[in-house]
Amino acid sequence: MARVVVNLPQRARRGEIIEIRTLAGHDMETGFRRTQLGELIPRDIITRFTCSYNGVEVFRAELHPAMAANPLIVFSTVATESGTLEFRWTGDNGFSAAHSASISVD
Amino acid sequence: MTTRRRFLFLAGGAAVSAAAQAQLPANIEALRKAALAEAVRKVTGGAPVRAGRVKIEMPPLIDNGNTVPLSVEVESPMTQAEHVKSIHVFTEKNPQPWVISAHFGPRSGRARIATRARIADTGTVTAIAQLSDGSFWSDSVAVVVTLSACLEDGLI
Amino acid sequence: MSARVLPWCLLLALAASARAEIPLAERRSGYQDMGHATRAMQDDDAVNPATLWVLEGESLWRRKAGAAARACADCHGAAQESMRGVAARHPAFDASAGAPLNLEQRINRCRVERQQAKPLAYESRELLALSTFVARQSRGLPIEIESSERTRPFLEAGRATFRRRQGQLNLACAQCHDERAGRRLAGVAIPQGHPTGYPIYRLQWQTMGSLHRRLRNCMAGIRAEPYALGSQEFVALEMYLMWRARGMPLETPGVRP
Repeated sequence: MARVVVNLPQRARRGEIIEIRTLAGHDMETGFRRTQLGELIPRDIITRFTCSYNGVEVFRAELHPAMAANPLIVFSTVATESGTLEFRWTGDNGFSAAHSASISVD
Repeated sequence: MTTRRRFLFLAGGAAVSAAAQAQLPANIEALRKAALAEAVRKVTGGAPVRAGRVKIEMPPLIDNGNTVPLSVEVESPMTQAEHVKSIHVFTEKNPQPWVISAHFGPRSGRARIATRARIADTGTVTAIAQLSDGSFWSDSVAVVVTLSACLEDGLI
Repeated sequence: MSARVLPWCLLLALAASARAEIPLAERRSGYQDMGHATRAMQDDDAVNPATLWVLEGESLWRRKAGAAARACADCHGAAQESMRGVAARHPAFDASAGAPLNLEQRINRCRVERQQAKPLAYESRELLALSTFVARQSRGLPIEIESSERTRPFLEAGRATFRRRQGQLNLACAQCHDERAGRRLAGVAIPQGHPTGYPIYRLQWQTMGSLHRRLRNCMAGIRAEPYALGSQEFVALEMYLMWRARGMPLETPGVRP
């Protein structure tokens, strides 16, 4: 299972904008590098990241080779209700990683 | 049987052709410009893009082009009626121009994305935002890279 | 654990031939030579890519391994307590080996002898994860290397390597990192070269790596044949470099350009 790190507050006030910071362990091979013998190393990157809040997608990003390795994505969402945030990364060669976190909103 | 002389000749030829393949074409700058223009066109559909409302933050001098922190924020009330739909980030001198495309909505609270990019060479980073009213806005920053991404491979 | 003896004559002997060595009070970590953005990357665990390795190391710490089916945690308990200060005093003299062992060698020693598992390869993801996790437990603590009769030959050997001209460019580490530290080379400030943050996430590698990997880059840079990862030459040099950085706080996991 791929390594990911997700940082967000465990509790928030209703309507508060919370910042979510995520890291995913991935080399993000660009597809532009060559071996010592000149052979092209094929592209292998995370292509998509989504965040769902109690089942509703609240953020989505498409990633491209110009993203740095071990991609960091920091974004915001409004704390609307208590529940679960699901994070999902997908990419080339069937790459898939997921993480869920609970939030308590009062 | 391959004599040593013939082997060296063949090996030399192979090395030359691999090197030739790895070299950049002579009109590389024109190709990169065209690729960036094409990427922007894909996002905007040819609609006009106005400078403003978008703010890119990046360090002016970059330690290493492989990992360059950047953030893009667009001023917006982020309501159902008026919000940012997407932010697209491009770099000028990389082998391909797309960095990230982030999609927002009224539940985002803030139209801001922070990440880290690979910047191949000193040049311009551009961010284009699409608003809910269909308009496009942009910002560009010039950055100086001392150690390039993509063009310089790490030793060992 | 034996008491660390610091006979003044030894300290003086090492210091006497110091010549152009950097005065203790003037030492700077490579952290201070980095741009603001890179420093921010190191300072915040939530955005430091090395956190991925720290977390993996934490899970490896608890995983049973080898024929003995034993986890690090089974003997050492909570790493936050048992490993506190360990990385800050490695490489450390090992009586049974009759020589210093660095942290990676110490970990592999435990793997082979206590867990009856195969040693982890240098620069492997698992060894980097474990060594980063263990070294992280010493973050903020001052580096403290034993300087005594038994460590003296190794410190001397490390210092000799540091001062010896090598490679096609015929340069000694000391010429750049003692005598010219702070001056600019290819647009970048020459660091003093203290191993204050290892293992580091190096932006150039786009991944985590050990001090020995970094030293191999240095040697390739002066066009010298690099020593092998985990070699005796490197462990002695590592011990000298850590001694040279004595008193400076450990920053692991560091981020460097």
